[in-house]
Amino acid sequence: MTQPATPAQQDAPMPAAKSAPDKGGSRRPLGLRLDVRNLSLLGVLAVLVAVGGITKPDEFLATSNLQLVLTQASVIGVVTVGMTFVITSGGIDLSVGAIVALASVWATTVATQEYGFTGILFTAVIVGVGCGLVNGLLIAYGRMVPFIATLAMLASARGLALQITDGKTQIVTVDSVLDLGIRDAYILGIPPLVLVFAAVTVIGWLVLGRTTFGRRTVAVGGNAEAARLAGIDVRRQRLYLYLLSGLCCGIAAFMLIVLAGSGQNTNGNLYELDAIAAAIIGGTLLSGGRGTIVGSVLGVLVFTTITNIFALNNLESAVQQIAKGAIIVAAVLVQHRTLRGGDA
Amino acid sequence: MAPEPPLLTMSGITKSFPGVRALDGVDLEVQAGEVHCLLGQNGAGKSTLIKVLAGAHQPDGGEITWRGEAVALKSPIAAMRLGIATIYQELDLVEGLSVAENVFLGHEPTTAGIVVRGGTARTAAAGLLKRLGHPEIDPSRLVGDLSAAQQQIVSMARALSHEVRLIVMDEPSAALDPDEVDNLFRIVGDLTADGVAVVYISHRLEEIRRIGDRVTVLKDGRAVAVGLPAKSTPTRDVVALMTGRNVEYVFPERPAAGAAAGREPVLRVEGLTRQGEFAPVDLELRPGEIVGLAGLVGSGRSEILETVYGARRADAGRVLVDGTVLRPGSVRAAVRAGIGLAPEERKAQGLLMLESVTRNVSISTLSRFSRSGWLDHRAERAAAQQATRELSLRPDNPDARIRTLSGGNQQKAVLARWLLRGCKVLLLDEPTRGVDVGARAELYAVIRRLADEGLAVLLVSSEVPEVLGLADRVLVLREGSVVHTADARELDEHRVLDLVMEGS
Repeated sequence: MTQPATPAQQDAPMPAAKSAPDKGGSRRPLGLRLDVRNLSLLGVLAVLVAVGGITKPDEFLATSNLQLVLTQASVIGVVTVGMTFVITSGGIDLSVGAIVALASVWATTVATQEYGFTGILFTAVIVGVGCGLVNGLLIAYGRMVPFIATLAMLASARGLALQITDGKTQIVTVDSVLDLGIRDAYILGIPPLVLVFAAVTVIGWLVLGRTTFGRRTVAVGGNAEAARLAGIDVRRQRLYLYLLSGLCCGIAAFMLIVLAGSGQNTNGNLYELDAIAAAIIGGTLLSGGRGTIVGSVLGVLVFTTITNIFALNNLESAVQQIAKGAIIVAAVLVQHRTLRGGDA
Repeated sequence: MAPEPPLLTMSGITKSFPGVRALDGVDLEVQAGEVHCLLGQNGAGKSTLIKVLAGAHQPDGGEITWRGEAVALKSPIAAMRLGIATIYQELDLVEGLSVAENVFLGHEPTTAGIVVRGGTARTAAAGLLKRLGHPEIDPSRLVGDLSAAQQQIVSMARALSHEVRLIVMDEPSAALDPDEVDNLFRIVGDLTADGVAVVYISHRLEEIRRIGDRVTVLKDGRAVAVGLPAKSTPTRDVVALMTGRNVEYVFPERPAAGAAAGREPVLRVEGLTRQGEFAPVDLELRPGEIVGLAGLVGSGRSEILETVYGARRADAGRVLVDGTVLRPGSVRAAVRAGIGLAPEERKAQGLLMLESVTRNVSISTLSRFSRSGWLDHRAERAAAQQATRELSLRPDNPDARIRTLSGGNQQKAVLARWLLRGCKVLLLDEPTRGVDVGARAELYAVIRRLADEGLAVLLVSSEVPEVLGLADRVLVLREGSVVHTADARELDEHRVLDLVMEGS
C-alpha cells in the first residue's frame, strides 16, 4: 500500500476534504506535472524508436543493437543520476567527465591491475569518491562557487589522468573484469552494465523521493536559507552530494573500463555536458529545488538513441550535435509552457 | 500663494497590492526650492509614494501635475527626463564599476553615440563630487571600495548628473556619522538655494526641524496632514498625527499581569552583543509569555532575534535554554534546544516555494517520520495535516502548494512547522508582514493561544500597535540599545514613538 506513484509525491488515498483549489487541474499539480513531463519524453523516445525502426528496420530493432544502445546509455546514465542530485540541490558538477577519466586510468595502472577485479573496482570508486570529497569540501566548507570548484577539479583531474597515462591507452588484462562485458555474461539477454545502471537508477529514485537525504537535497536547492533556518545542516548536505556525484563517477569509470577493456585519459570527454543536458531535458531545474531521476534517465535514453540512429544512418556527428541542441531547446521551451500553464 | 504653480502636485493617488491598499488617496504638493519632509510609520505608504514619484510603480488612480501640466510617470526614465531623481535607502550602485561610470550609468558622454568618453565622464564626475563637498573621492575608484557614506555621495552625484529639479531622499542620514550629516544638510541647502526641491524622508524629528520647510504626514496610505510648517509644529502634534491608526486590530485577551512571573524562564539572554548592530542585550522569557521588541528599521530588532537563533554569531554574551548554554552561531543547536524562528522575509528565508504545505511543515521534523533515513510519507502528511488544522490553515489540504496560499496561511505553515516540532521558544520576526488586515486578528489569536499553551514568544514588529496589543512585556530599542522596558499595558503608542524617535 505504500507504493509511490512518482518519485516526487506519494499517491496515498486522501482521508477527507480534498476539494483543493484546482489550479493545475489536479489536487497534486506537482506530481501530475512530472508525469506529464516524463510522458512527453517517453513520446519523444517513441518517435525516435519509430524513426529508427523505419529508416533502418533490420539493424535498429535488432537485439544486439538495443543491447548496445542500453549499454552506451549505462555509463553516462550512472553519471547523470549523480548529477541530478547535485543540480537538484542548486549546485553543478563540471568535473564528472574528468573524474571518470582519472578514475579509469588510476584503476588500470599496472600496479592496480595486480590486485585484480577487486583492486580495479575499489580504486575506481575510491578515486571517484576522493575527487567528490575535494569538490564537496571546497564548496561546502571553503565556500567556493560550485561552478568554479568543479571547473578547477575538471582541469586538475584531466591533467593528473594525462600524467598517469602519459597519453597511452592502458589495456586491461584482468579477465574477470573483461568477462563482464562479453555476451556470455548477459543475464536473460541483459548486459550486466545495464543491470548496474538499472540498480543505480532505482536506488537514486528511492533516495531522492523517499528518504530524508533526498528531501533535504530538494530543500537546499529550493531555498538554502530557509533550509538552514529550519535547522538543516546545509553544508554537510552539500558535502554529501558531491561525494555522491563522485561515487557515481567512480562506478561509471569501472563500467567504462569493462566496456572499453582499457583506461584512457580521454575517457568521459564532455560527460559533464551530456549529463547536465539529460538532467535538464528530464525536468530537473538548473536553479535547484526540483529534480527527477526518471526524467534524467529518459533524457539519457533520448540522447543515446539519437546518437545510435544517426550512426546507423551514416550521418555526420555534426548533424547529430545540431539535433541534440535543438532537442535541449525544445524540451526546455515545452517545460516552461507546462510550468506556466500550471501556475498561472 | 506663489504666482508660479507648485513644482509638483499629486492628488488622490491610489495604489493597491494584492491584499493591501498601500496608497488610499494621497495628496502631496511640493514647491520649487523647498525641503518637503515626508513622515509616517512603517507601512504608512511612504515607500510606495516615492516609487510612484520615481516612476517605478504605476498608480491605480489619481493625478500628477508637474510644473502646471498633467504628466504620467510611466517609467523611471520618464521621471528622470522630467528632472525627478530618487536616492533610495538601499543604494542602487554597481559595485564593480568606477565612480564616474556609476554617475553616468545609462547616459554616458559619448563620441558618435558609441565610444564612451571616459575622460570627460571623470572630469564631470569630479566636478559634481567637488560641488557635493567630497573632492577627495577619486572618480576612477571602484564604488565597491568606498564607504557607505561615500557611496551615498556618489548616488547623489548621479542624481545631479541629470538636469534635476526634484530630488527624493529616502532616509539619507540613516547610514551617516554626525559630521557627514552636517555635510548632507549643507548640500541640501545648496540645492534648494538653486531652486531644486527636496523631498526628505526621515524618522529623526530633530533633522526635520533643522532643514525642513514643510511636512506631509502619511498614515494608512492617506495624507493626514499636508504642508505643516516643519519648524513650528509641536512634536506632540506630529506624533499624534502619525499614530492612532484607523484600522482597529482585534487583539486577544491577555492573561492577568504577572501570570507567568512565577515560572522559571525558559530562555535567558545574557549580554548578547554584535558590534555595530546592537549593544549588550539581556532578557528573560518565561513560558506563557509574549515579549515584544519595538523599534525602527535598523534599531537591531531582527538582528537580535537572528543572533538568539544562532543565524548570526554573537560577539559576546550567551543564550541559555532551560539553563543550558547554546553553542553560539549554530542554528541547529538552537533548534535542538527547542527554539523556532518565523523569519522576517517569509518567502526568502522561511518557505520552500516550490513545495507542498506538508513538506514545508515537516522540514524541521523529518527524522521523526523516518526510519534509518526512509521517509514514511503517510505519517508525515498526517502529522502535518494535524498541525495545520490546529492553526486552522486554509485550505485544509496538506498537498496544496505553499505558493498558492495567502500570506496569513503561509505564516501559519511556518508556525505549524515549529508546533509540530514541539518547540518551547518561538521567535517571530514581523509575523504579520504581507498578511492582510482581516487575517491578522486570527494570527494574533493563534499566537496568544500558543503562548497560553506554554510557549514563550519573542515578537519583533515595526508596527507599534501590534507589539503593544499582543505582547505582555515590551523592550524598546533605539539604535541597537534597549532604552526602555515596561509592561505593555503601561505603554502607549505615543510614548513608544517618542522613545524610538527622540530617545527621551
